[in-house]
Amino acid sequence: MSGSGHDHMRHHLKAYVGVFVALMACTVITVGVSYVHLAASLAVTVAMIVATVKGSLVAAYFMHLKSEQPAIYWILALTAVFWVLVMFLPLLAYLGSTGVR
Amino acid sequence: MASPGTAPAAAAHHHRDDEPGFLRKYFFSLDHKWIGIQYTVTSLVFLLLGFTLMMIMRWQLAYPGQPVPLIGGLLSAANAPGGIMLPEFYNQLGAMHGTIMVFLGVVPLSVGGFGNFVVPLQVGAPDMAFPRLNMMSYWAYFAGGVIMLTSFFIPGGAANSGWTSYAPLSVIAVGGGQTFWLVGMIFLITSSLLGSVNFIVTIVQLRAPGLTWMRLPFFVWAQLVTSFLLLLAFPPLEAAGVLQLMDRVAGTSFFMPSGLVVGNRPVAVSGGGSPILWQHLFWFLAHPEVYVLILPALGIVAEVVANNTRKPLWGYKPMVYSAIFLGFMSFLVWAHHMFLTGMGTTISAFFQTTTMIISIPSVIILSSLFLSLYGGAIRYTTPMLFALAFLPMFGIGGLTGLPLGLASSDIPLHDTYYVIGHFHYVVAPGTIFALFAGIYFWFPKATGRRMNDLLGKIHFWGSFITINGVFMPMFIQGLAGMNRRLYDGGMTYAGLADVLRWNTVIAYSAWALGFFQIFFIINFFWSIRGGRAATGNVWSATTLEWATPSPPPHGNFAALPTVYRGPYEYSVPGSDVDFVPQNQPAEA
Amino acid sequence: MQIPYTVEVRPDTGLSNAKLGIWLFLASEVMLFGALFSSYVLLRVSAPQWPHGYEELSVPLATFNTIILISSSVTMVMSWAQLKLKRPVPARMYLWSTVALALLFLVVKLYEYSHHFALGEYPRASTFLAIYFTLTGLHGLHVIGGIAVNGYLAGPGAAMWRSDPERYTNRVEVAGLYWHFVDLVWIFLFPALYLL
Repeated sequence: MSGSGHDHMRHHLKAYVGVFVALMACTVITVGVSYVHLAASLAVTVAMIVATVKGSLVAAYFMHLKSEQPAIYWILALTAVFWVLVMFLPLLAYLGSTGVR
Repeated sequence: MASPGTAPAAAAHHHRDDEPGFLRKYFFSLDHKWIGIQYTVTSLVFLLLGFTLMMIMRWQLAYPGQPVPLIGGLLSAANAPGGIMLPEFYNQLGAMHGTIMVFLGVVPLSVGGFGNFVVPLQVGAPDMAFPRLNMMSYWAYFAGGVIMLTSFFIPGGAANSGWTSYAPLSVIAVGGGQTFWLVGMIFLITSSLLGSVNFIVTIVQLRAPGLTWMRLPFFVWAQLVTSFLLLLAFPPLEAAGVLQLMDRVAGTSFFMPSGLVVGNRPVAVSGGGSPILWQHLFWFLAHPEVYVLILPALGIVAEVVANNTRKPLWGYKPMVYSAIFLGFMSFLVWAHHMFLTGMGTTISAFFQTTTMIISIPSVIILSSLFLSLYGGAIRYTTPMLFALAFLPMFGIGGLTGLPLGLASSDIPLHDTYYVIGHFHYVVAPGTIFALFAGIYFWFPKATGRRMNDLLGKIHFWGSFITINGVFMPMFIQGLAGMNRRLYDGGMTYAGLADVLRWNTVIAYSAWALGFFQIFFIINFFWSIRGGRAATGNVWSATTLEWATPSPPPHGNFAALPTVYRGPYEYSVPGSDVDFVPQNQPAEA
Repeated sequence: MQIPYTVEVRPDTGLSNAKLGIWLFLASEVMLFGALFSSYVLLRVSAPQWPHGYEELSVPLATFNTIILISSSVTMVMSWAQLKLKRPVPARMYLWSTVALALLFLVVKLYEYSHHFALGEYPRASTFLAIYFTLTGLHGLHVIGGIAVNGYLAGPGAAMWRSDPERYTNRVEVAGLYWHFVDLVWIFLFPALYLL
């Protein structure tokens, strides 16, 4: 592999270490916040935001999604739409229902 | 390597040193064509089995409480003492008829059989992208099928809570049958998931040079959309299957509500579960599943129609966009199966709206196929007869779905025979007719021989008439309020007295329909060796699978083709030839 | 007979077959775990009462496990990076580290499970425990699958580096994508089950 290839990889390696540190920091934050016992909806929101940040770092840098092909982005976008449907529509149906729940 | 089917002896002799062993060649072949044939034969056997279960059920419905003739003596005392079917056994037949037809019959034939055999050829590829994965997908399907069938012979018998396996009935069902159903489903779902990855990668990555997206045969587009549906809709059912297994085997309460009392005794579970959760997860798959049932069929009909009208499909591009839109929308309509679960008017209105919207692409595709006939030089070959019949039959199926998709009109129709009539019209004289069209059409490709035309026509006319005799009366019964899954055919309901006589009409039509399949079975097996030779482009077709000998050799094409034109260049204006194959270069 | 684009990328898509294949598989896994998360949300919202995760489960153990799994993701991607730099020896070391960390994760989980069972806290005892065991159990099965794949690639499968280094590197990359996904699921499972 050419010298420029090696430099390219070194750039990647620096990013991996940086992401690792960020993931550790986020883990400390999310565990720390859990000891504060926030109100339910706030606790869920904070926890999910932190998890999304961590997940996005793993996806973007470890899984190289930052520099992937459009075909992959389209597949994931489609999946994201269907994921939202399966996550929330049953809940909405439950919340809108009447009678014995 | 020697090719499957009727390979010339000389070729087999030359390649003896790298000839695969018997098991490798006939059981664990990596060749998509042989795997496609494995899927086809296995699924046809399952279709016949599922059909037989229904023929037995129909006796009980026409003559409730009478001993089943001929085979009554063969049924065990646990299922049918004195040959008289017990309700529990009737329920097993019902649940397994649906399961076998959908998951072991139609989908494996449409996707595993036709998809596997035809798609790599139509895209100009040497095989599927992942041949070993393909082989494993078949055996996972086979294992799932064996597990499902074995359940008939264990204490308590097969699953008997409907093909929909609603909780809590399915959770408390006695015996191992439902557990076998769940384990079998996990094998089948795994098979489907692996298969769908294979199809998508094959279509995206292995298209021959020049085969742009808008030059793909509509059949390939249909399989591509189908694969996305399988890929993304099946996992929630797999999750639900795991949860129901946990409920049955580990005593959890995912779907078991609190305070459930069965047989005057409270059920000893923690409770807190939701039966509706099962319905959501089940229908999240099962609705896209019905589009899995219809899309490959639409693809087959498109190919057969274009070929036998000697003109291009009318509206190819709208058909493609409609198929894509249909696939997407199919994920947004599932709770139209749940209008009676108390979801509330807002959510019901949402699902009603999406259901109405999804009828639009279906109408576009069906209309395009009808319009494709106009001005065509129609050849009434056997495949074309089935394809032509498909069109109005699917039309009836689709139109009768409309009152079911509207929440208010669904209220009196839900769970009645009207629903059974609706979905059978789409799947039986719909999809299954299209699959027959496909078999008669591609049989020469797979075997190098034609099927017998006279037997084919008898099969067609006999089936077409009798199948309408089976399903048309069901609308009458459903509108009168006859419920589904009634063991005695509705005898105990005074309000159904006037429509009970249709049970005998349906039964005799069903048995006659079974009789006419004999012509197909004989034709199919006899023609493999005894059919008229058909090693070339017997249908004068344009798509790439016809640009190689029949049956194709291992690797499909001596040299991978290059595509220069669209898929349906029949009767091109100004041309002095009737058709131009896709891989024929343009005039210099 | 050669299947095109098994190693080299197809020009118009920019993808190799395995790369596209694994992302499609991961998309289906998103739907699988998504459906389970959806079930968890529905069961929790519809329950008259539901314990906080930290009341029933060990946050310190799970935090430790989170650090372990994230570290294993780092070692996995480092393994691939070393292969791209044509350094098979450190690559193999990183791959074995991934396997070791994954095994440690499982050991901790096994300890957690046996502790619950000893207290009579089985899945059937409550819907909280039911969904906890099912979610972490299915995740654990995926960890076992990853151990098998990575162990194969680090062990007997590593012979492919000599015969076809590019193909081997791609295999490690594809295995890595799966492994990062397993980590990703845990990143959401951990707060959802333990911290809320």
